[in-house]
Amino acid sequence: MATTDYETLARPVETVRVRRRITGPKIAGYAAMFFAVIMIGLPVYWTLIGAFKLSNEIYRIPPTWFPQAPTVDNFVRAWNVAPFGRYYLNSFITTTLGALAEVILAVSSAYALAYLRFPRKQLVFLILLAALMVPVEITIVPNYLTIARFGWINTYQGIIVPGAAIAFGTFLLRQAFMALPYEVIEAARVDGAGHIRILLSIVVPMAQPAIATMALLSAVGKWNEFLWPLIVTNTSAMRTLPIGIYWLRNSEGVINWGVVMAGSLFLIIPVMIIFLFLQRYIVEGIAAGAVKG
Amino acid sequence: MSTFSRSVSEPGQVPQRARRTREYREWMLFVLLLGPNLLLFSIFTYWPLAYNFYLSFVRWNFLRPTKPFVGLDNYLRTFSDTQFWTIVLNTFTFTVCSVGLTLLLGLGVALLINQPLRYRNVARAVVFSPVIMSGAVVAVVWSYIFDPRYGLMNELLKLIGQRSPDWLSDPFWAMPAVIIVYVWKNMGYAVVIYLAGLQGIPRELYDAARVDGAGPWDRFWNVTLPGLSPVAFFLSVTSILACFQSFDIIKVLTNGGPANATNVLIFHLYELGFVKYDAGEAGVVAMVLFGIMLVLTIIQLRYLEQRVTYG
Repeated sequence: MATTDYETLARPVETVRVRRRITGPKIAGYAAMFFAVIMIGLPVYWTLIGAFKLSNEIYRIPPTWFPQAPTVDNFVRAWNVAPFGRYYLNSFITTTLGALAEVILAVSSAYALAYLRFPRKQLVFLILLAALMVPVEITIVPNYLTIARFGWINTYQGIIVPGAAIAFGTFLLRQAFMALPYEVIEAARVDGAGHIRILLSIVVPMAQPAIATMALLSAVGKWNEFLWPLIVTNTSAMRTLPIGIYWLRNSEGVINWGVVMAGSLFLIIPVMIIFLFLQRYIVEGIAAGAVKG
Repeated sequence: MSTFSRSVSEPGQVPQRARRTREYREWMLFVLLLGPNLLLFSIFTYWPLAYNFYLSFVRWNFLRPTKPFVGLDNYLRTFSDTQFWTIVLNTFTFTVCSVGLTLLLGLGVALLINQPLRYRNVARAVVFSPVIMSGAVVAVVWSYIFDPRYGLMNELLKLIGQRSPDWLSDPFWAMPAVIIVYVWKNMGYAVVIYLAGLQGIPRELYDAARVDGAGPWDRFWNVTLPGLSPVAFFLSVTSILACFQSFDIIKVLTNGGPANATNVLIFHLYELGFVKYDAGEAGVVAMVLFGIMLVLTIIQLRYLEQRVTYG
């Protein structure tokens, strides 16, 4: 999609014609953009002002559109009511290790499937892909029992390990690896490089964009994960941010919206900062997965 | 060991044996690289599937040491329960409305902003941003927005002279509230996929249509829509799948209530397993969900395969 602008630049004549002739659709286009941005932005703005309002301002009718006495009290209060420092740590650990495990497993599996010989390799690939047909949500009861038998309830490994295997990422990376120029890999092999060396110093650097996108999407997924951490943790000290904010809402919601909105921002802000810098990779990665395959 | 066998073997056999050793080592490496992934899938994906199947034929409350076999009793109990069919209907309503609205609104926005507009990429990023937000936090934020007295929705409805319903405690309005939140969060995904699909329609088709004298409406109807149909198909399947897996928004926003008004299959499964401790019925619901999603996933994979092969 980033290419659109260049494409338009490369066809100045057509651009001029489009700009001169069709103004109606363009006005509609700007109207749609405006409408969509307001629709998405208004709830976010409401959260933002809510977080900076004092209680007496939040519970005033009619509500104010600008905080009259902006305050950071809600943030301080949220941080003290719930152990957000601990939530951040837990989310950071489970996200980093969880995403790392997925990337390592996807890269190694994809390499094996793309470049190594094995009897009935297609069958092995199908067994792996079949995992896509079993959504994680239906495995919660048996997995809870397994994790309990391992003694992993309320531990980091209990949160991370059941979701570490990856089928879709393996599938996408296998496609990316097979699209790499085979001559380069063949040349390295002739030079005497082993498979591990080829994987680490040729395939991974060349497929870096695909791997980075996969890592990013995997990390976002882990950061937002809700159902499994909700089930497998049972103390406040082991909760991740999404579970923490859920409990904060249950205890402070309705009676103290400002604190809850401030807590919500603790969660939204890190993701938005990352999104701000890397949105092109995230958005294009998702689009590529669907359209280019 | 290879050096030893090499030294004693006859010259003619050397290359073959060496090749066999190399092949063997390649197999070992294959197992080493793929093994951990497959092992984890066996323990945490395939085994649970089999175990759910087993659980659906026993009666168990997670505590009793024995799990007596009860045949099809759990299935009969589930399918004769009117509450189960209410939940199935809720799942259907939620999925159809959410997917329909997401796809239609997304298509509209994508078509209108697929022009050389200024700030187009900014708009795309803004619309997409809720997709990567946690569903739990989105639901928390919206529970404030839906507050019937102090919420944003109430303010907006006042602008058009309406009074806000008590969204989350009203059995009629709770489902629309969940759908609104779902559409708000996921519309950006549809927009991004549609925009990518629009980019993929060859410009020559439009030029050819123009040469043939087709107006804007004809071009839209005969070039854009057919060009988008595979993307729309992909989107509908993935969105339906996502709806069936949508737990966080419902859990946080309405907790399945009021009076089961927003209870859907995935939430029902969670409740049976972790609130009502009925492993047998949880097994049945898991098998039902699996059956539905299996069909959808096969359709989706077929599509992806096609794209990969011919795209």
